[in-house]
Amino acid sequence: MSGELTRKSAAELAELMAAGQVSAVEVTQAHLDRIAEVDGRIGAFLHVDAEVALAQARAVDSRRAAGEELGPLAGVPIAHKDVFTTVDMPTTAGSKILEGWRPPYDATVTARLRAAGLVILGKTNLDEFAMGSSTENSAYGPTRNPWDLERVPGGSSGGSSAAVASYQAPLATGTDTGGSIRQPAAVTGIVGTKPTYGGSSRYGLIAFASSLDTPGPFGRTVLDAALLHEAFSGHDPMDSTSIDRPVPPVVEAARRADVAGLRIGVVKELGGEGYQPGVLARFNEAVELLESLGAKVAEVSCPHFTYALPAYYLIAPSECSSNLARFDAMRYGLRVGDDGTRSAEEVMALTRAQGFGPEVKRRIMLGTYALSSGYYDAYYGKAQQVRTLIIRDFEAAFEQVDVLVSPTTPTTAFPLGDRVDDPMAMYLADLATIPSNLAGTPAISVPCGLADEDDLPVGLQVMAPVLADDRVYRVGAAVERALTDRWGGPLLSKAPAL
Amino acid sequence: MTAPTLVPYEEALAKYEPVLGVETHIELGTATKMFCGCPTTFGAPPNTQVCPVCLGLPGSLPVTNKAAIEGIIKIGLALNCTIAEWCRFARKNYFYPDMPKNYQISQYDEPLCVDGYLDVEVDGETFRIGIERVHMEEDTGKSLHVGGATGRIHGADYSLVDYNRAGIPLVEIVTKPITGTGDKAPLVARAYATELRELVRALGVSDVRMEEGSMRCDINVSLAPRGATEWGTRTETKNVNSLRSVERAVRHEIERQAAVLESGGKVVQETRHFHEDTGTTTPGRSKEEAQDYRYFPEPDLVPLAPSREWVEQLRASLPELPAARRRRVQAEWGLTDLELRDVVNAGALDLIEQTVKAGCAPGPARKWWMNELSRRATEQGVELDELPITPAQVARVQALIDEGSLNDKLARQVFEGVLAGEGDPDEVVAARGLKVVSDEGELAAIVDQVIAENADAADKVRAGKVAAAGALVGAVMKATRGQADAARARELILQKLGAS
Amino acid sequence: MSAITRDEVAHLARLSRLALDEDELDHLAAQLDVIISAVARVQQVAAEDIPPTSHALPITNVFRPDEVRPSLTPEQALSGAPAAEEQRFRVPRILGEEA
Repeated sequence: MSGELTRKSAAELAELMAAGQVSAVEVTQAHLDRIAEVDGRIGAFLHVDAEVALAQARAVDSRRAAGEELGPLAGVPIAHKDVFTTVDMPTTAGSKILEGWRPPYDATVTARLRAAGLVILGKTNLDEFAMGSSTENSAYGPTRNPWDLERVPGGSSGGSSAAVASYQAPLATGTDTGGSIRQPAAVTGIVGTKPTYGGSSRYGLIAFASSLDTPGPFGRTVLDAALLHEAFSGHDPMDSTSIDRPVPPVVEAARRADVAGLRIGVVKELGGEGYQPGVLARFNEAVELLESLGAKVAEVSCPHFTYALPAYYLIAPSECSSNLARFDAMRYGLRVGDDGTRSAEEVMALTRAQGFGPEVKRRIMLGTYALSSGYYDAYYGKAQQVRTLIIRDFEAAFEQVDVLVSPTTPTTAFPLGDRVDDPMAMYLADLATIPSNLAGTPAISVPCGLADEDDLPVGLQVMAPVLADDRVYRVGAAVERALTDRWGGPLLSKAPAL
Repeated sequence: MTAPTLVPYEEALAKYEPVLGVETHIELGTATKMFCGCPTTFGAPPNTQVCPVCLGLPGSLPVTNKAAIEGIIKIGLALNCTIAEWCRFARKNYFYPDMPKNYQISQYDEPLCVDGYLDVEVDGETFRIGIERVHMEEDTGKSLHVGGATGRIHGADYSLVDYNRAGIPLVEIVTKPITGTGDKAPLVARAYATELRELVRALGVSDVRMEEGSMRCDINVSLAPRGATEWGTRTETKNVNSLRSVERAVRHEIERQAAVLESGGKVVQETRHFHEDTGTTTPGRSKEEAQDYRYFPEPDLVPLAPSREWVEQLRASLPELPAARRRRVQAEWGLTDLELRDVVNAGALDLIEQTVKAGCAPGPARKWWMNELSRRATEQGVELDELPITPAQVARVQALIDEGSLNDKLARQVFEGVLAGEGDPDEVVAARGLKVVSDEGELAAIVDQVIAENADAADKVRAGKVAAAGALVGAVMKATRGQADAARARELILQKLGAS
Repeated sequence: MSAITRDEVAHLARLSRLALDEDELDHLAAQLDVIISAVARVQQVAAEDIPPTSHALPITNVFRPDEVRPSLTPEQALSGAPAAEEQRFRVPRILGEEA
C-alpha cells in the first residue's frame, strides 16, 4: 500500500484521507519509507525529521477525528526548500555559513503550509543561497536527477524537484529568481510554477535577489501545483512587496484546462540557436498540440529578451552582494578565526571566505563591482533600463496574445560536473526563464515529452501577464491532459525505476 | 598629547571667513521602530527589544512605520521644505558590527523633503539657514567597547553589542552651506541647533534630548581667506552632545584651522571627534580610501508617494511653531524685542506661557520666572525647567497674592518651600504658617499691642506726624514675622490714632 | 583587453569582506573578467530616456501602524550568536571608526 500511496497525487491523497480510507500518519510513513529507500542515491533532502513529520500527521488526524473542517491539502506530505526558515528544523540555504542554524521564526510560507495541514517531511537541497542552475553549488553535495543519477536535477530548487520526481513527496516548495523552479521542473519531468512576483510572501525566505525572488509550487500534476500555489499564496503585511489582491483562481483554472480561442504567442527570441534540437522538437509539437486544441498561435517578437540574461546577471548579483553582507560571523552562523587577536573585520573576511562557495563569491564580487561608484551607471543602471524595455516587450506582446510560450530551458539535464567550471555556460540554462523574473510575470513549466537524443524530459514554458497566474495553469493543464492521453500516462511513468 | 596650535578667535576671524554646515540626526519618538513593531523605549535591558527584522536575521523584511513618515513630513513642512511626490529608500552599504544587515536603509538621491529654510536670530540679527534635505533612515545598535582604557574603541579587546536601538526611526536634516556669519559663526550654529530643537519639540515628534542621543549634531566647518572665491576644505566634527558643545566645537575648529592655514599647511578633509572636557577636536582614524557606499534603491520597500491631500492634512495639523509663538506672546504680553530675547535666552518662554495658561497675568508670571526663580536656578546650577516647581504652582502663588493671602516677601518663602520639596504652595503656607494676617480682629489686636508698646511713635502720629506710622507698621510686620498686610496695618494704625 | 584587472578584483574582495588567497584570487579574476565582458552587453542597448525599473510592480505607500508587536526574547535573539556576554553579542575588536 505504501508503494501505491507514494504514486498518488496530492489531490488523490487528500481525497483518500478526507474519505477516511487512509490516515495522515500512514501517508506520511509511506513517504518516509520511500525517502529511506531512495534518497541515499538521490540526495534530495538535507534534513528529514520523521518525529516532527509524524507528529504533524498525528495532529491532522486528531483534528479530522474531532470533526474540524480541514483545508484541501490537509495531511499531504511536502518537501520544503531549505531556503525558507523553519523553527523546528535547521535552515542552511545550502551554505556552510549557516550550517545547523535554527531560526527563531517561521517564514510566512512555512506558517501557511502548517496552517493548511501540510506535513513537512524535511528540508530540501539547493544551490547555495539559491544561486545556480544545477544544485551543484550546494555546500552539502549535489542532488541527482531521478531520470539519470549522473545528471543534474536542475537548480536552484533541485532537491525539491528531485524529491517530487522520485515520489518522495507529492508536493514541494521552491523559489524562482531566474528560473529556479521552472528549469528543475523541466529537466526532471514535473510541473513547477513561478507565480506573479509578490504573489507569495518573501518573509522568511532567505534573500538572494529581492526584486526577483518568488516562492512557488512543485507538483507532479498541474492541479497539484495549483492547489499548493493557493495554499501558501496571498498578501502578507510582513512583506511590503507582496500584492494586496486575491490570489488568482489557479485551482479553478487548472480544472478548467481548456484553450479554445486563446491567443498564444511563440516568442521568436526564445528558440533557435543554443537550443537542443530534441528540446525544440518537443516544443514545436506542443505548440501544434495547442493549435489542435483550439488555440490561435502566432509568432511574437520580444526583441529585448536577448539582453535579459546580461541584465539579470547584473541585477541579481548586485542585490545579493548587499543581501549577503549580513553573514559576517557577528550574530549567527559560522565564525572562523576568532583567536582573540584578530579584529572583527578579519574574522568577517575569513569567515565569509570559508563559509561561502565559489559561485556565491563570484556573484558577490560581481554585484559589488556593478554598484561601485564609477561603474553603477554603465552596469547596474543600464541593467535597470533593460528591465524597463523587457517589461515593455511583455506589455506589447500581451496586447496581441493572451499567453506566450517557449521551451523552458535550452537543453535537457546536463551531466554532473559538465558546467561547474564554466559559469557562463551554466548561466545559459536560464535564457528562457529570466525574462519573466525581470518583469514579475507568472510562468509555468509543464512536461511536454522526452528529447530524442537522450530520452530526457523537456518542459514547455507558458507565460502570462502580471496577476494572470490562472492563465498559465489553464494552458498547462490543457497540454497536460492532452499529452497524458497521448502517452497513456504521465511522463514520469517513463522514468527508469530507482 | 600636545595642546593643539590655535589662532585666537578674533585674529582668525580677521583673516578668514568661516562656512558652516550642520547635519542633525533626530530620533523620532514613535512607539515602534522604523521597520518593525519592536518598542523604542529608552533604557531597556539589552537585546530585549529586537526581532528578526531589526536584527537583520536571514529572511527578514522591513515594513515602513506610517507614523514615522508623518513625523518626517511634519518636520519638512515646518522647515518650509518641498515634500517629494515620489521617492524611494536606498541601501547604504558598509560593514560595521552595530549594523545588523551591514547596510542601512536610508535615502540617497531622492530625499523625502528638500529645499527649505529656518530663520534664527543672534543678537538681533536674523540668519536664514537653508535646508538642503530632510530624509528618513534607521538607527544602528550600540556597542560597548571592553578592555581599552577609556571605554572608547581605541585599544579595546572586544565589544559587546546591543541591538535595542537598531532600527529606531532617524530623521537626518542637512543644511545648505551657511555663509556670511562672520564672527557670529559659533552662535549661529548654536542658535540653529537650539531653534531646530525647539521646532521639533513643538511638533511633538521627538523629545530631542541631546544627552540621551535623540538629537545628534555633526558640525562641518571650513575656512577661506577673506575675499577668496573658493571655499576651504571642510572637516566634520562628531560627538557634539550639547548646544554649548555646538558653539564650542565651531569656535575651536575655526581657531585650529586658522592655525593650520597660518602655518602654511592644508586642512585635512576628515572626520573629527569633539571632546567635552577640553573643548577640542581630534582626528578620527584616517581611512585608506573614501567610503563607497554603493547606494541603490531598496528593493524590499516600495516607493513613497505621499498624496498632496495627505501632505496638506499634515500641514493643517501642525501646531503653532516657535517663531510664530514668540511673535504672538510678544504681542500678548506687550514685550519689547529685548525683553522677549531675554525670556527666550533664559529658557523661560514655555514656563511663563504655561503659568499664564494656569491663570496668572503675564507680568507677574514673567517677573517670578525671570527674577526670583532664575536666581534660584543659577544658585542651584540647574536650568529653569529643571527646578522642582511647576507653572501651575507659580500661578497659585500669584493667585494667593492677588487675593491678599500673601505678599511678595511671603511668596518668596513659599517658593523656597516648594523648591525644597515641602509640597504645594497651599501646603507650604499652612505648614510654615505663612498666611498674611488679614483677619481684621487679629490684625487689630496686634496693632493695638504695637501702639501700646510704642507710645512715642503713637503720640507722634496722633500729633499729625503721619510719617511716624512707618515705624509702627514696621513693628506690626516684625510682630507678624512679615505676614501682616502692610497696607491694611497702616490704615488701621492711622485709624486708631485718629490720623486717617 | 581585460574588462577587470586582478588588482581591481582584490579590491572588490576587500570591499566585500572576503579573505581570498592568491590562487582563489587568480581563478576568480579570470572568471569575473569573462562574466563582466559578457554582461557589458547591456550597454549596447540604446536607452537615452528609458527610465530604470527598480520595482517590477507599481505598488507604493505600503505602511504598518505604529503599534507594538511582540519582540523576540533575548534568548531567542542570542540563540545563534557565536559568542555572547551579559546578554549582548560579543564581537572581536573593531578596527573601524564608528560611522
